Amino acid sequence: MNKSRRSFLKIAGLSAFALSSGITGLTGEAHAKIAPGSYAHGGNALSAKRWAMVIDTRKFKDSQDYEPLIEACHKAHNVPHIPGRQNIKWFWLDSYAHVFPDDMNAHLDERTSAASWPLLCNHCTNPPCVRVCPTQATYKMEDGIVAMDYHRCIGCRFCMAGCPYGARSFNFMDPRAHLTNPVPNPDFPTRMAGVVEKCTFCAERLAVGQLPACVEAAKGRILFGDLEDPASEVRKALAANYSIRRKPSLGTQPGVYYII
Amino acid sequence: MYNAKAVILGILVFVALSTSPFWSSFIGRDYKTTDIALPKDEKNCLENVEFMRSQHMRLLNEWRDEALRNENRAYIASDGKKWVISLQNTCLKCHNNYEDFCQKCHVANSVYPYCWTCHIIPKGSK
Repeated sequence: MNKSRRSFLKIAGLSAFALSSGITGLTGEAHAKIAPGSYAHGGNALSAKRWAMVIDTRKFKDSQDYEPLIEACHKAHNVPHIPGRQNIKWFWLDSYAHVFPDDMNAHLDERTSAASWPLLCNHCTNPPCVRVCPTQATYKMEDGIVAMDYHRCIGCRFCMAGCPYGARSFNFMDPRAHLTNPVPNPDFPTRMAGVVEKCTFCAERLAVGQLPACVEAAKGRILFGDLEDPASEVRKALAANYSIRRKPSLGTQPGVYYII
Repeated sequence: MYNAKAVILGILVFVALSTSPFWSSFIGRDYKTTDIALPKDEKNCLENVEFMRSQHMRLLNEWRDEALRNENRAYIASDGKKWVISLQNTCLKCHNNYEDFCQKCHVANSVYPYCWTCHIIPKGSK
């Protein structure tokens, strides 16, 4: 059989088109579904286009005021307290100089410089932790929450290096050794040695129609809502008060706002 | 054929030995089940037994991805019943006997999943 160059190029062109166009995509889903049933959102789940938090720090007098919030969070998620540098942080406190280094003016007033400031994962719009994760164990959901799948975490700690807010903690040891037995919240898993963890904006509580544990414990001093909805509580609070976010110059666009 | 007797005997011995697993399964040696303890209160799992037996691990993987990544925290089974997607709070509420259900079968099949380093085994065991 003698093929001319012309007919060869025709067939080659057609083949390239067939492979690169969507035709092959129709032959089968790349990600096969195993379950015979179907999936749906939870019935009474709270939803938003972009979840955000506004912390009214004026209403917290001292670090003791934050203790019930920290306890509520750590109880709900079985977060251990490990003395020393290997502690696990979901909701924690630090000084103004560490929290807002960009705003660290000389001769700050006493209240600002001496107070403890509440910290948690900022659930950034441009999360560096997500970009550096090699296994997609951490990812951004459609509602703005930066979530984690601990099953996929390989403990490389790139995300800890990537996060400019120190919001991620590595489990250097089995966290259950530092938890009560049975664990504080038997409905929620613990983590294991070798994975990184962080605040989840209580995605599991939002899914059943509850506000985050710290918001509930703050009794109105922390607002939580949809940043894209102009009528939401958080938008109203931001419109009425001066607020700041952590390290804005980095461009990560945190979802946690502080009213100072 | 030289040494016909020895050769034929050898072939017979070889055939008998190589097929011995088949014969031994006919005489005695009952098929052993794992004797797992099924939940007492519930008759049906979310899908049929054959599916759950062979695919539960794949179903759990799919549940995890749907719930965590797509916020699909409800599963509508093929019989139309709605289930909350959760290993700890849905599966283990019926299958609350870890040692006689999960573990027995996993040990018999020499699989050692590490679900329980994070998920909490229902009380009564560990």
